[in-house]
Amino acid sequence: MNRPDEPGEPNRDRPADPGLPMVRIRSVRKRFGAVEVLKGISLDVPAGEVVCVVGPSGSGKSTLLRCVNRLETPDSGRIWVDGELMGHAERGGRLHELRPAELSRQRRGIGMVFQRFHLFPHRTALENVMEGPVTVLGTPAARARRAAAELLERVGLADRAGHYPAQLSGGQQQRVAIARSLAMRPKLMLFDEPTSALDPELVQEVLAVMRDLAASGMTMMVVTHEMGFAREVGDQLVFIDDGRIVERGHPREVLDAPRHERLRAFLGQVG
Amino acid sequence: MEVTPARDADSGAAPGSPIDPELSADHELPMNPDPSMNPDPPSDPEPPIDPEPPIDPEPPIDAVRPARPGRWFAAAAAIAFLAWLAYTIVVNENLHWDVIVAYLGDGRILGGLWVTIQLTVLSMVIGLVLGVLAAVMQLSDSPVLRGTSALYTWFFRGTPLLVQLIFWFNIGLVFPTFGIGVPFGGPKLIEWQANELITPFTAALLGLAINEGAYMAEIVRAGIRSVDPGQREAAESLGMSHRQVLRRVVLPQAMRVIIPPTGNQFISMLKTTSMVSVIAGAELLTVAQRIYLGNFEVIAMLIVASIWYMVLTTVASVGQHFIERRFERGHARLSTRVRRNLRPFAKEPA
Repeated sequence: MNRPDEPGEPNRDRPADPGLPMVRIRSVRKRFGAVEVLKGISLDVPAGEVVCVVGPSGSGKSTLLRCVNRLETPDSGRIWVDGELMGHAERGGRLHELRPAELSRQRRGIGMVFQRFHLFPHRTALENVMEGPVTVLGTPAARARRAAAELLERVGLADRAGHYPAQLSGGQQQRVAIARSLAMRPKLMLFDEPTSALDPELVQEVLAVMRDLAASGMTMMVVTHEMGFAREVGDQLVFIDDGRIVERGHPREVLDAPRHERLRAFLGQVG
Repeated sequence: MEVTPARDADSGAAPGSPIDPELSADHELPMNPDPSMNPDPPSDPEPPIDPEPPIDPEPPIDAVRPARPGRWFAAAAAIAFLAWLAYTIVVNENLHWDVIVAYLGDGRILGGLWVTIQLTVLSMVIGLVLGVLAAVMQLSDSPVLRGTSALYTWFFRGTPLLVQLIFWFNIGLVFPTFGIGVPFGGPKLIEWQANELITPFTAALLGLAINEGAYMAEIVRAGIRSVDPGQREAAESLGMSHRQVLRRVVLPQAMRVIIPPTGNQFISMLKTTSMVSVIAGAELLTVAQRIYLGNFEVIAMLIVASIWYMVLTTVASVGQHFIERRFERGHARLSTRVRRNLRPFAKEPA
């Protein structure tokens, strides 16, 4: 599956194997010093589905997400995205760590949206969205600019193209961040608490964009505290506590009839 | 009060009670105050508070300032001192103002000025490159690279620049030839004599640039570390390589932090080049010294050099101001944003 000899290959050139999930996580463990944050997580995200990951803070849900695009390296276990083993290549029955360039190529196909947006402050909204295609894919600036303008339109910010991030509200910044990820035409989008840093009145405009994205068939892993969003948009809900998946299932079933005491207590807290 | 129980008994419907009904009514009074029974009803409702006479429009404050004799005395003393200084300088015949004016535009002085500018610009550029290199090495994962960088900054910040300059000028005493070829005593492809290669100018450039690089390394490192780690993560998750992350995302933001101290380094370098006079570097101070060794106008020549140094630093300060403004892009508006965020607290919440 791994083809490091084609560094410039565009994403989505390879139709996903219909039998394979977009993301397959197997027995992933991760330890930070003395604390084991992930204690063996296995999870499948079928292509086109939205999986919402919920749980108390410090439960390891963000770490799990960051393991998928390898901002964190798991201590054990394996993660495949679109059938491709992340971070390693298997050759001759042994795992070989990928070179940084190969890892970058894998990350191209995975969009990530952060809690604190992390827009590039020295670039305008439009330039933020153009940055990935121009720098990473070598797209000509004029074409990237047109595509970026379309994406900004899609997230409802066509009139903010020339604004710097500091001139935008949190909700607008997060929508630009989503457009920036989409510009790479990813096959998978990771959302790490995308609305947690927003003022309450700005949450809905971001969720609306995510709802549209889900409706367009994007595969999404969403770490969130927005139970309404999970119930409405999610195909699967995973409750993680203390580094383990405690409960999973269809969001409505899980939220309406939580089986575990810990999930009931958690739902009582987040409302 | 002592009759209250009796009243209770009375309310307990004792028809043949001897208690006087009038008394009973009296006792009820405090329990059930009737406003109509008030002996003095409020004849005057609220006496209107005398409103302060409206001040409209508000006149500008016209208050007598407290006397500040100390400040007046200090200012007078400072003016007197400056006047005395100016007087002694102007009337002092030993300063030879006519000579100073004559030599300001002297060809040799202007030549030295040009060398000073070249040395400053070149050693700052090379120093900046070395500094970025050393800073990136310092922040790398490899302990060998980190150690090499640390050794560099430790050594060149630990020895006086004056010593380094004299050392580079006399490098031929240690390494008589320089060549390109197989290291560790192998054959050489090309070879130069150190005495041909090391002129006062190249020695000065080597000394100034390498020394500057050690200081710039610390400045650049601080700049890179000031960039939010989330910026790197966002860039990496777009699929950027390490070099792209550094060039497109980290360094442009680090520049905001790097530029002000670099401007100071540049201005400082303009004057540090005068140290090159110990190896006869042909820059401004060396030239001035050569002239006064001939005409004995020591002070006049030093003043000529100083005037030019001040012109250079003034121009550099102005340039620094404009470059800083350029790199504030995307941040200068921060204050506007902060003000906008604070606005809800000024008004009632929406």
